[in-house]
Amino acid sequence: MSEPLQITEPAVAAAVDAALAAIAAAGDSAALKAVRAEHTGEKSTLARLNASLRDVPNDQKAALGKLVGGARGRVNQAFAAREAEILEAEAEAQLAAEAVDVTALPSRFTAGARHPLALLQDRVCDVFTGMGWEIAEGPEVESEWFNFDALNFDADHPARAMQDTFFVDPPEAHLVMRTHTSPVQVRSMLEREVPIYVLAPGRVYRTDEFDATHLPVFMQFEGLAVDKGLTMAHLRGTLDHFVKSIFGDEAKVRLRPSFFPFTEPSAELDFWHPTFKDGPRWIEWGGCGMVHPNVLRAAGIDPEVHTGFAFGMGIERGLMLRNDVQDMRDMAEGDIRFSQQFGMVV
Amino acid sequence: MRVPLSWLAEYVDLPPGTSLDDVHAALVRVGLEEEDVHTFDLQGPIVVGEVLEFVEEPQSNGKTIRWCQVRVAPEGEPAADGGDAVHGIVCGARNFLVGDKVVVTLPGSVLPGPFPIAARKTYGHVSDGMIASAKELGLGEDHDGILRLSTLGIDAPVGTDAIALLGLDDAAVEINVTPDRGYAFSIRGVAREYAHATGAVYRDPAAQVAAATVPMDPGSADAFPVAVRDEAPIRGRVGASVFATRIVRGIDPTRPTPAWMVARLKLAGIRSLSLPVDITNYVMLELGQPIHGYDLDALRGGIVVRRATAGETLETLDGKVRTLHAEDLLITDDRGPIGLAGVMGGATTEIGEATTNVLIEAANFDPVSIARTARRHKLPSEASKRFERGVDPAVAGAAAARVAQLLVDLAGGTADETGSLLHEAPAREAIRLPDGFVTGLIGVEYTADEVHDALAEIGGAVTRVDGGFDVVPPSWRPDLTANVDLAEEVARLLGYDRIPSVLPVAPPGRGLTRSQRVRRGVADALAAAGATEVLAFPFVSEAENAVYGSPDGSPVAGVRLANALDATVPFLRRSLIPGLIGVARRNLSRGFTDLDVYELGLVFLPEAGRAYGTAELPIGWERPSEAVLDELNDGIPAQPRHVGVLLAGDLQHKQPGRAAEPAGIADALDAVRRIAHAAGAEVEFAQGSHQAMHPGRTAEVRVAGQFVGYAGELHPKLTAEADLPRVVAVAEVDLDAIIALASDAVEARPIGTLPAATQDLSLVVGAEVPAAVVAAAVREGAGELLEQLQLVDDYRGQGLPEGSKSLTFALRFRAGDRTLTAAEASDAKMAGAALAAERTGAAIRE
Repeated sequence: MSEPLQITEPAVAAAVDAALAAIAAAGDSAALKAVRAEHTGEKSTLARLNASLRDVPNDQKAALGKLVGGARGRVNQAFAAREAEILEAEAEAQLAAEAVDVTALPSRFTAGARHPLALLQDRVCDVFTGMGWEIAEGPEVESEWFNFDALNFDADHPARAMQDTFFVDPPEAHLVMRTHTSPVQVRSMLEREVPIYVLAPGRVYRTDEFDATHLPVFMQFEGLAVDKGLTMAHLRGTLDHFVKSIFGDEAKVRLRPSFFPFTEPSAELDFWHPTFKDGPRWIEWGGCGMVHPNVLRAAGIDPEVHTGFAFGMGIERGLMLRNDVQDMRDMAEGDIRFSQQFGMVV
Repeated sequence: MRVPLSWLAEYVDLPPGTSLDDVHAALVRVGLEEEDVHTFDLQGPIVVGEVLEFVEEPQSNGKTIRWCQVRVAPEGEPAADGGDAVHGIVCGARNFLVGDKVVVTLPGSVLPGPFPIAARKTYGHVSDGMIASAKELGLGEDHDGILRLSTLGIDAPVGTDAIALLGLDDAAVEINVTPDRGYAFSIRGVAREYAHATGAVYRDPAAQVAAATVPMDPGSADAFPVAVRDEAPIRGRVGASVFATRIVRGIDPTRPTPAWMVARLKLAGIRSLSLPVDITNYVMLELGQPIHGYDLDALRGGIVVRRATAGETLETLDGKVRTLHAEDLLITDDRGPIGLAGVMGGATTEIGEATTNVLIEAANFDPVSIARTARRHKLPSEASKRFERGVDPAVAGAAAARVAQLLVDLAGGTADETGSLLHEAPAREAIRLPDGFVTGLIGVEYTADEVHDALAEIGGAVTRVDGGFDVVPPSWRPDLTANVDLAEEVARLLGYDRIPSVLPVAPPGRGLTRSQRVRRGVADALAAAGATEVLAFPFVSEAENAVYGSPDGSPVAGVRLANALDATVPFLRRSLIPGLIGVARRNLSRGFTDLDVYELGLVFLPEAGRAYGTAELPIGWERPSEAVLDELNDGIPAQPRHVGVLLAGDLQHKQPGRAAEPAGIADALDAVRRIAHAAGAEVEFAQGSHQAMHPGRTAEVRVAGQFVGYAGELHPKLTAEADLPRVVAVAEVDLDAIIALASDAVEARPIGTLPAATQDLSLVVGAEVPAAVVAAAVREGAGELLEQLQLVDDYRGQGLPEGSKSLTFALRFRAGDRTLTAAEASDAKMAGAALAAERTGAAIRE
């Protein structure tokens, strides 16, 4: 226990002045902490003066208590103010030190990409599932029966030879790489009950040479609806809705008479858009028609009771038209730049 | 089919000024697709000239040229190019005489090429134009000399416009004819379609020749004898149902084909050969009826149409000796085969330069028989193309008569009074078309009159019956066999643009199936994590299937294509990796060394030793039995959908403050984790092996304990062979299997909110013990209180016994009903350590 101090106004004032000077001189929080221990700690003059109040006669206690208390209050106040100043300066200094060049930061992000054909296929599927249609699928190595016979391709019909078919060895086994997604029509009708509304996307194969406008492996989507009372007007309505969904409200559909073994009547599907690169014009984009009665019969559906319509289009051509792809080979070669320019949207 | 406009205009009115585009547009409306246009591409002045004189001048290059004076305008008049009436022209050919009329291309004219003609200095003269050859005019291949108009039988006044004179001002549209419209392979058929499209007046070219004379039964004494003896009809159809003949005698084989005919044939894509042959081709184009002409004097006896006997041979017109098949339909005479019916004639009876007496054949052969023979002998011809698609059986007589008429008119022959006509084509049956049927199928409210008139306009015999029409289709439309065919005729004649747009309402749908949803999620997840989706062709070599499609090197089966485009890759892939390697090589060759690519696609997995497919196919117009459908489906090899991933180079390139991160096996495993995560499956890895993979860096992938694929690094010897960097990480999993094994619905667990206790555990085990085995033991031993376990360190080296490693796990414990004490957590940890010790010999590292 240190000696009690004599409480006098000059003594108190000196202690306060010394403390305030030290506080003002403290440059950082460490120095301030030392100042606090020295000037307000147990061994500090002010603490000792305060302790000395015990020994003061009762009649002086109030006056001297006020003197010492006021002094301590002033010091503490100065301390708090200085502490706030220092903390703020230090926080600012830290923030300044933490600044980085936001244009030179390392990144773990890599811009991956879906293949645009797959993305476009997904979009097409979404349009049709939005209408309540199902998405149907089938094998790529397919029985000739599903690929041809059930679709009203007679074994000797020139249309069968026209299809540029890849045959699985030996050809007598009657297996082919499907030449179109149409066999899925037959599979869908065999597996489901009428009414049937299905869209079948997928890869198909033809013995076309690989060049800017032909691929031996490409993607199609095929729509099929079988119900009571369906007409070509429903076919046109579906196609209208579809091209507007994918290409915008200005797109238009035109049907031209044509021939496919599995539809009668048959039509080529042209569509028109104002923003084609070579100006607004009609562009051929697929085939369609009313399902041939023999195709319905192959699936056990009575053509006297139900009618249907079907359509098929190429995804590659859709991508060429929509996104101005000039060379089909880009879609097949796997050059990562091709997919990466699309990213996750098409 | 190419259609010269002048020819078309003979049989249907073309309004003045009708352009090629107008004709195309009209034909497109009725379903004949626009393909191309053909013109002679000539520009005048090109005129008839007369060679007045010439001087032969030998040149230093060994050639002799003629310096000619050619009159190109009547005396006293200027030439068409504004120059003198007589032009001096240098000519390299020497096949003409003074006085010959020739074709002169004057300065300012343009020949196909384009090859503009101008006065130019050559061989010491100014050649003021050119004397043209047939080839230079685009009329033929003959380039032996200049065209002498006398060889075409032409003697026109000097100065006459030669372009019009030779029919070179004509032009043709080319249309694509669909397989059902055989009749459109003729001017006759196209003119009719043009009339349908425009309403223009149509004149049937078959009606212009009265079959001339009374056809005679080929069995009668005066007629040329023809018999059809088909003892093996294909599908019950006799090979020849119609056979018309005519005989023309005494033709002059030296007569030229008239220029107009040469020009039309040329525009139609057929080369002029000789007058009789040109006439047969001309009539085929005009009427759609293939014609064959025989040298009558080379024939021995009458004609018999029969099937070949196996091993029989025939030398066809192209000089090839063909071994015949028992299904081939033959034209024979007493000495044997003289032609492959409807496909190609034989050499022995060919019309030649000395032929004067001609037998004309216009027959109707069974489409299937002709199609098979043409395909078998790889002989697609103008004739077989028409027969395959169906020729009008009623036009044969008129066609034979038309040929005879042209041989008389143009070749100076004399036609026999009678021909023969064998006609056994069955009569067409009526098709019933109930009222409202067409409207019910097309969705347009057609009136009964509209339906009637449209079907009558296409040539049908339409009869009103109770409740509808009976329609007998015209003879030239074998494709019209059912009411739906008639509906199409009505719709296309009245215009597809009348069909309204009505959106059908499908029953409420369920969206994508789970498998479809998951596949999309997997593809999105990989792309979102930085990988790039590719779509490789599925064609591979046998070796690629043997290496990448067989984990242990045992032999595997592959689907082989019978007619692969590239003979080096005739198989379908058993694995996605070869395709991804191809993609990697292509990208590397284009300078992209850091690759993270993936593919979702089918692989083709036939089982070894099993035969696929079916020998017989059921008929196509009725539903096969379930047993037959099962057989068809069982005959198709398994085609599961896989996901393949390939990484090479750096996954993260070097960046400020961060070193590059080369891709390796860990990234392949991460890709598999992403796939499984997107599929809602929990994935496990175990040390694995695959002949294509690095022996120490291969993981076997399992879901719910089932093997689903591999992940790791390719074997360095394979990456070296493929010129790839040494480290290439790959993964391939069976996505269909993962989806099947993943749980469909998540069972939610309660989320504990009481404080957790975390502790570390370091265990020393043999270096060969997989960390996953140790972790599994700790997890099982620690029991329910253990909420999470993470491997945070794998330390080997100083302070540890040789051949051992220290695995450090961070453990987090939590109880659902109370705050855990440190002691409880420690007890659980020690229980885990004890089970690990028991199973793997692990000791706690002090």
